[in-house]
Amino acid sequence: MTVFQYILMGFLIVCTISVSFSKNLLNSILIYMSYSLVMSILWVCLESPDLAITEAAVGAGVTSVLFFATLKKIQAIRIEHDQKANSGGQQTAGQTEEAVRHE
Amino acid sequence: MSRLRPREEYEKTFAFRFFRWLSGGKDPYVGEVEMRAQKETVIPEETILERMRESEMIRDKVYDEEQNKAARIFHRIYVAAAILFCIILVSVLLVTVSCLPPTGSADNPDNNIVSERYIESGLQETGALNIVSGMILTYRAFDTFGETNVLFIATCCVMILLMVDDAVLKKQAVMNDRRFEPKNDAILQGTAFVLCPIIFIFGIYIILNGHLSPGGGFSGGAIMGAGLILYVASFGFKRTQRFFDEHVYKIAKITALCMYGLIGTYFYMTGANGIENHIPLGIPGHILSSGIILPINVCVGLEVACTMYAFYALFRRGGL
Repeated sequence: MTVFQYILMGFLIVCTISVSFSKNLLNSILIYMSYSLVMSILWVCLESPDLAITEAAVGAGVTSVLFFATLKKIQAIRIEHDQKANSGGQQTAGQTEEAVRHE
Repeated sequence: MSRLRPREEYEKTFAFRFFRWLSGGKDPYVGEVEMRAQKETVIPEETILERMRESEMIRDKVYDEEQNKAARIFHRIYVAAAILFCIILVSVLLVTVSCLPPTGSADNPDNNIVSERYIESGLQETGALNIVSGMILTYRAFDTFGETNVLFIATCCVMILLMVDDAVLKKQAVMNDRRFEPKNDAILQGTAFVLCPIIFIFGIYIILNGHLSPGGGFSGGAIMGAGLILYVASFGFKRTQRFFDEHVYKIAKITALCMYGLIGTYFYMTGANGIENHIPLGIPGHILSSGIILPINVCVGLEVACTMYAFYALFRRGGL
């Protein structure tokens, strides 16, 4: 069991470092989600299932969804059919107009 | 015997003015204070251009590393100091961790009278099999009440900052960011159709079994909030508003907090004054047992679920 815990802890360290060094904000959030999931497994190993449930629901679920919503608001996530329509690389104002015309 | 006063006479009374003030029927500043619409400040285009030119000039001068020697030295010192600070912080934390006593040894400072009391007489005094739940909802119920209040105040603040009027919401529907998403996504809706009931039932199970098994109000409420968010993200706000709109939200949140306050007050008052309270503890292990823990768990769960959902909805749409 301890070997398993050491592997998970190593994964946690790799996750934390790669969150801060990743250039793409979306990737950072995904890595953060996986960090929370591994953390909840570790809580189960440390015999505190209360914390594990809360960590899985709040850390991996709600917090990341709120981060996604924030990225959407600041228009850091682009969607596929807009990129196709604009063939990439145009400004966000152009994207919104394009999307409204699509509707 | 009472008689109906004529309208003119009633309008002079204090009660009429009080109720008019309560319902906001009259603006107190109209007719009393001179009011004028604010003038729109117009900045001439030349000024804007000049400011832009100035800031560009300053930026060129400051960040031109080949010319500006001071900036170059500052940048290098900045990077070196950042790395040094990180290394010092990491080493201090690691040294602190290595000085901590090993987990589970008998001489640890956490093995004191308090934890002994919790472990030895927790089951008789609270009736909860889950010792953590019994501890935070009876011995430390006042702390938990404070935490629940913090959640309530946090959502109130988010509402003050982000809530938008219904009329404005309808106008903004064109620029709503849901517009740029694929509507009626088949995979998402299929997954949510299967998963949402299971998530809700799991959350309710955790809340109701808070005194018997791991979990409790906060964990179950967070799971239910996550389920609500999944439902909203896949089916949209219109379908969610059929069963969870602003009215239901307000009733659930305020009722939960008030119920917790009432039950808690009864519990603290009787406990602090040494009076026997009349809440039966029941048989440990049964679902209807352990006194105040079950109703308080339900209250906390409702509060947390509403908070999670409200955060998401307010961030997303500016309304519930």
